[in-house]
Amino acid sequence: MATGERAIGRVRRVNGPVVEAAGVADARMLELVRVGEAALVGEVIKLSGDRAVIQVYEDTTGVRPGEPVVGTGMPLSVELGPGLVGTIYDGIQRPLEALRASGGDFIGRGMSAPALDRGRRWHFTPSLAVGADVVPGAVLGTVPETARVEHRVLAPPDVSGRLSWAAREGEYGVEDVVAVVETSAGERRISMLQRWPIRTPRPAGRRLPASVPLVTGQRVVDTLFPLARGGTVAIPGGFGTGKTMTQHAVAKWCDADLIVYVGCGERGNEMTDVLTEFPKLVDPRTGRSLMERTILIANTSNMPVSAREASVYTGAALAEYYRDMGYHVAVMADSTSRWAEALRELSGRMEEMPAEEGFPAYLATRIASFYERAGSMETLGGSEGSVSIIGAVSPPGGDFSEPVTQHTRRFVRAFWALDRQLANARHYPSISWLDSYSEYADEVRPWWEERVGPGWTADRAEMVGLLRKEVRLLQVAKLVGSDALPDSQRFVIEVCSLFKDAFLRQDAFDEVDRYTSPEKQARMLALVLLYWRRGSLAIKKGATFVELRRVKAVRDIVSARYAIAEGDDKAFDRVAARLERAIDDLEGDYGR
Amino acid sequence: MAADSRADALRRELAAGREYRGLDRIDGPLVFVKRTHPVGYRELVEVVDAEGRVRLGMVLDTSEDLVVAQVFEGTQSLTLPGSKVRFRGAPLTVGATRRMLGRTFDGLGRPRDGGPAPLPDAVNDVNGRPVNPVAREYPRDFIQTGISAIDGMNTLIRGQKLPIFSGNGLPHNELAAQIARQARLRDGGSDFAVVFAAMGVKHDVARFFERSFEESGVLDKVALFLSLADDPSIERIVTPRVALTVAEHLAFDLDMHVLVVMTDMANYCEALREISTARGEIPSRKGYPGYLYSDLAELYERSGMIRGRPGSITQLPILTMPNDDISHPIPDLTGYITEGQIVLDRSMFGRGVYPPVAGLPSLSRLMKDGIGEGMTREDHPRLAAQLFASYSKVKDVRDLAAVIGEDELAPLDRKYLEFGEFFERRFVTQARDEDRDVERTLALGWEALGLLPREELRRVTEADLEAHWVEREAEEGA
Repeated sequence: MATGERAIGRVRRVNGPVVEAAGVADARMLELVRVGEAALVGEVIKLSGDRAVIQVYEDTTGVRPGEPVVGTGMPLSVELGPGLVGTIYDGIQRPLEALRASGGDFIGRGMSAPALDRGRRWHFTPSLAVGADVVPGAVLGTVPETARVEHRVLAPPDVSGRLSWAAREGEYGVEDVVAVVETSAGERRISMLQRWPIRTPRPAGRRLPASVPLVTGQRVVDTLFPLARGGTVAIPGGFGTGKTMTQHAVAKWCDADLIVYVGCGERGNEMTDVLTEFPKLVDPRTGRSLMERTILIANTSNMPVSAREASVYTGAALAEYYRDMGYHVAVMADSTSRWAEALRELSGRMEEMPAEEGFPAYLATRIASFYERAGSMETLGGSEGSVSIIGAVSPPGGDFSEPVTQHTRRFVRAFWALDRQLANARHYPSISWLDSYSEYADEVRPWWEERVGPGWTADRAEMVGLLRKEVRLLQVAKLVGSDALPDSQRFVIEVCSLFKDAFLRQDAFDEVDRYTSPEKQARMLALVLLYWRRGSLAIKKGATFVELRRVKAVRDIVSARYAIAEGDDKAFDRVAARLERAIDDLEGDYGR
Repeated sequence: MAADSRADALRRELAAGREYRGLDRIDGPLVFVKRTHPVGYRELVEVVDAEGRVRLGMVLDTSEDLVVAQVFEGTQSLTLPGSKVRFRGAPLTVGATRRMLGRTFDGLGRPRDGGPAPLPDAVNDVNGRPVNPVAREYPRDFIQTGISAIDGMNTLIRGQKLPIFSGNGLPHNELAAQIARQARLRDGGSDFAVVFAAMGVKHDVARFFERSFEESGVLDKVALFLSLADDPSIERIVTPRVALTVAEHLAFDLDMHVLVVMTDMANYCEALREISTARGEIPSRKGYPGYLYSDLAELYERSGMIRGRPGSITQLPILTMPNDDISHPIPDLTGYITEGQIVLDRSMFGRGVYPPVAGLPSLSRLMKDGIGEGMTREDHPRLAAQLFASYSKVKDVRDLAAVIGEDELAPLDRKYLEFGEFFERRFVTQARDEDRDVERTLALGWEALGLLPREELRRVTEADLEAHWVEREAEEGA
């Protein structure tokens, strides 16, 4: 028996994933326990007299009253160290590949495997010389974890002092000691493997302003509703509106150093999709496989409910660990509603007093504390890193007034509302340009202007204005028919419809269209606006709406998203020239 | 340790034979028994009534002093002192074998056709076990159903779970039967089977399916599990689990391609609500338990393919939406779990369109990987996208026409009306025994687009237009 492991009581009652233990003397709140003869993983969530309530992370079928409950002396923790990247875990960080190798295609009860492979050797290079000062979070050494992620072995947050010994460069297992630090409390032997309780945020220095966008390559996001590094965004949408597609697209193409993808209570095949697709896709910035920067946490809808509750914290803890190394990490949580429902189910089984729609009263606090783990931070070691959180929300019936959407809205700064009508017309990503917002738009403006030119702000504002105008015009058109509108107004509708087809819509499966750089986005936007500006002038001069519609170059604007490659400025110039010439000709007809 | 577990096993065996006389309480489908030996969660229970008839049940809550169990076959006419209870020491299992094909069983897997119980090849827990996500194989084989609205717009993929959202009186059974009859892979035959689970449906519905399988000569490939409307409602909770356990054996042990038809999921959910209410649980929406999502996921996720095993399970659950309301918890939660949905539309049905597959809310999530070059045809994805986009405008135009009158419509809007008519009358509509190959479906799709001007077609490429598009006028009376 490992240290700290001791019998703490016996099972008294089993009600689904909630187990009550009796005869409990020295259990700790949130302690990790093993329940019953199958040694199922659980966590103490309530203590009262000699009773303890335990939420069990595995199927409790067959557990009987009287079976033993064993405490481990530790809170539910994740293992941190090289070997995380590229791995797929379940909600409590059991490596699914290893479980399959040992237990077959189906997940049985009481299966276990260490999160980090103990047998694997890593090439460790020390970064500090013996005698150097060690502060918490200092980089003690580095390990090439994947071809694109350099793993930095950090001094744990509670360790400071003088480095009294460092391992020489060479191959080590994760449990081997690689550094010894002389602290005021004595000697600390540090290995590459460290543990961290999932429900405790890892400490960091001060928060930094969110002024750099997390470029996602998704046009509607980057141009209209940007997300900042260290920011938070919610993606609410009814079923079939493309939450997962949007999450996948961002996970694939955003410019984070690392992705933690938490599949929380969703479909098994979606995780398989990620697993089969990511290794084949190549990051446009580094030319490396996307799997080399991805950690997957899969707790599908048919896996135990309580592990679903833990999975988002597991994801947050892993993300913070890489943030502390100075990386920009993006966490996708799909879907936070399933996590909230897990809270509700457990709360119901504990017979707690419900608040709205059966959800526990602490729902808002839990949501807040999860999103607060995002942020752009100065790390303890003195570098900069960030955790961005992108949370999908699945409102029942697609109704955004339900508790999870409403509470989430209070704690995120960007909101990508998915629209049923757009999804029905197969307009993807179906992010509504009317209901969505981003509080980061102003903060990232200087970055954009520097990157693509000072005209960007005005262009964006003009396009947003047109979209607003279109809504009003469409309402009128619905009553009287668009024919009754003057040509200048019909042209507004036409330009907006072009903007939707040529810019907002993006094909996630087209080799070119799936990722658009900020530069290309700016040029595409400018092209639509050129059509708008020249076209409305032409109408003033007497050209008709129908003639403008028939301009051949419009088709080139629509196809620019997949027909013009990244960096091909000349092609954009050519389309613009063709468009100008066509409208010149039109005007010429009326100029006489 | 070894001696311990032997003693333990012996204790368990003795306990399994132990019989408790008298119940403490009966409440709806639940029975409460006090002072038992330690009973496992979800253990199988046998309740023997005064006449000696055995009813099966399952433990829902177990503690040192009280065990709560649900009785699948109902608690009608049970008495407190006259009933006896046995705990079987293990969860409900079902014996599965290939010989179940061609046979009819009740909702708990016992023969209903008068024949003997087939000798099982595998005895499995009906609750199944979750497939490890890394063991899954991503489904991408196109199934041709011969139905344009599905093949062209909402393609069915082998290993997919694609429910039919319907309403009372709509032809969901006809559609499901037609799919079951016509479904085939493009590259020819393979070892297939159909597992049919009926939950709370009427006798004639079961009879309809039976006849339909009989007529197409596949009845010996079908295993039917029937828990009909006059069977105890709680039995419905087990029926799909029994059926899926058999399907898993056929698919993953015997390498067969299994189509599972489950009808009607609404009845299943109601049985679940009945138990939840009887237990006094805190309800979430419309009285359904908070775990409805997880419970449905336990069923729907038992589909798909596994790496290294040739078989597959394709699920076609049918659910009638209460009051045709798609935001009702049952279709809503189902839609969040399944890989799309085929939605039947009452107004289309009223206009005589069969199958009345609603164009816009229907969706197949796995379509993107199963169509296109090498699978159906290269232009298929863009053609489907264009049809969806154009058809979504039709509704706006129809609304407008209702306000200002059809005669006042602009020429372009009128073209959209004609397109909508053609799409519904010629592309979607087909006979109940009409088996269209995918080429015919795609050709009809292009014919529909021919009614629209070229500059309206922005989701297809120039090359597509060159290859397939011919501008045409609407035929009179079409």
